Amino acid sequence: MKMKRLLCVIGAAGLMSAATLAPAATVMSVQVRKADIRETPSFLGKVVVSLAYGDKVAIQSENGAWLQVSVAGQSGWVHNSALTKKDIVMKSGAGAQTSASSGEMALAGKGFNSDVEAQFKAGHKDIDFTWVDKMEKIKIPAAQIQEFVKDGQLNAQGGVK
Amino acid sequence: MKRPFLIPLILCTVLAGCDTLDKVAEVGTSIGVSAGYITPDEAQSITKSVSAVGKVFESITPEQEYYIGRTVAATILSQNKPYDNRVMTTYLNTLGQYLALFSDRPETFGGYHFLIMDTPDINAFAAPGGLILVSRGMIGCCKTEDELAGVLAHEIGHVQLNHGLQAIDKSRLTAAATILGTEAAKNLGGKDLADLTKTFESSISDITSTVMNSGYARKFEFQADKAAVTILQRSGYSPNGLVSMLRQMEKNLKPGGHDFAKTHPAPQDRIAELAKTITTTPVQYGASMRQARFTETIRGL
Repeated sequence: MKMKRLLCVIGAAGLMSAATLAPAATVMSVQVRKADIRETPSFLGKVVVSLAYGDKVAIQSENGAWLQVSVAGQSGWVHNSALTKKDIVMKSGAGAQTSASSGEMALAGKGFNSDVEAQFKAGHKDIDFTWVDKMEKIKIPAAQIQEFVKDGQLNAQGGVK
Repeated sequence: MKRPFLIPLILCTVLAGCDTLDKVAEVGTSIGVSAGYITPDEAQSITKSVSAVGKVFESITPEQEYYIGRTVAATILSQNKPYDNRVMTTYLNTLGQYLALFSDRPETFGGYHFLIMDTPDINAFAAPGGLILVSRGMIGCCKTEDELAGVLAHEIGHVQLNHGLQAIDKSRLTAAATILGTEAAKNLGGKDLADLTKTFESSISDITSTVMNSGYARKFEFQADKAAVTILQRSGYSPNGLVSMLRQMEKNLKPGGHDFAKTHPAPQDRIAELAKTITTTPVQYGASMRQARFTETIRGL
């Protein structure tokens, strides 16, 4: 009887460690507008594929804040802040089935969205979004940032991670 | 026989959660004020900090945060005209977007973007999601690129730590949840959309009045400074850039000013707090190349 219980405990412990060693089963959703999957766990890594909001990836391994993911037969690294465990559903109606399995679901476009912004703008003609739209377009290319690092003799910890 | 009574009591306390905590804080702080133990300012700070424990903001997705941030930035810009200078704006974005890579949250829905406000006031604002606005006066306080990096890293810290979203009164989010219901409806009808927009307006005004008038709780400012030190260290800048910038700011802030003089803890308090975090030997201060490009770029500001 004691032996059986002991085996159970060992078995359970084994299962737990297997779960921590191989989080391959975890599926996460992209929670930002665009997420680049890279060859190496670094923002300098070559982009393998770019994913869109709501896309799903399977987690293979972890390296600090970087997650190795696979998607449609391709594999690469993405920073954990781009992903969520919530199931992001793009279309209403599809949510009902998926939410039951994943536990937590978020419907893209629900809540404060472009409709709400349009309604807000209609009531606040004095608030101008021109410069917000302009500043959002400013995206410094990776090559220019690398040049900035080199010219400024910036010794980042482990390179641009 | 006493134990069965205890369990429901504990359960009640746990289930009542943060609302109770808030009320306790409010009652506690008002008693503290009337008894003269603490000043009204300190009481406000305590109440604010405790409210933050609720973390209701976590129900806000990065996509919704993005829309909140856009309107917060537009509202701030309606009172502070942008400074339209392509060279300086590109420089600010290169520095800022580089620094953001080293934060604990480099990826937001719409990314980090930076703009200069055309005012001599010493100010900087971080709208949720990463739209960061820095005044000419603030940039003028900086004598080196490392100091400017300190300013931007502090603002990135506010974004990373969701401080803006935590300024939203919890009742707004409860109201939004009621309107949206549990159904997965994306397109709302006329009245629901109008009601949700009202909630949105109130949420925006909670954030803008906090960042522009009352300021965050001191605790949040110290947290943002701490996050800034981490970002500066990881990215190769001297964390002392933030300290020396605060010394400059101390000289330049005018008492009673409607800027950092009003919304932030005194620079010397922030410096004292930073001393607890910065324990490593400072990195060689201000490489000559950085100094040359900094001076060249901000000349004429």
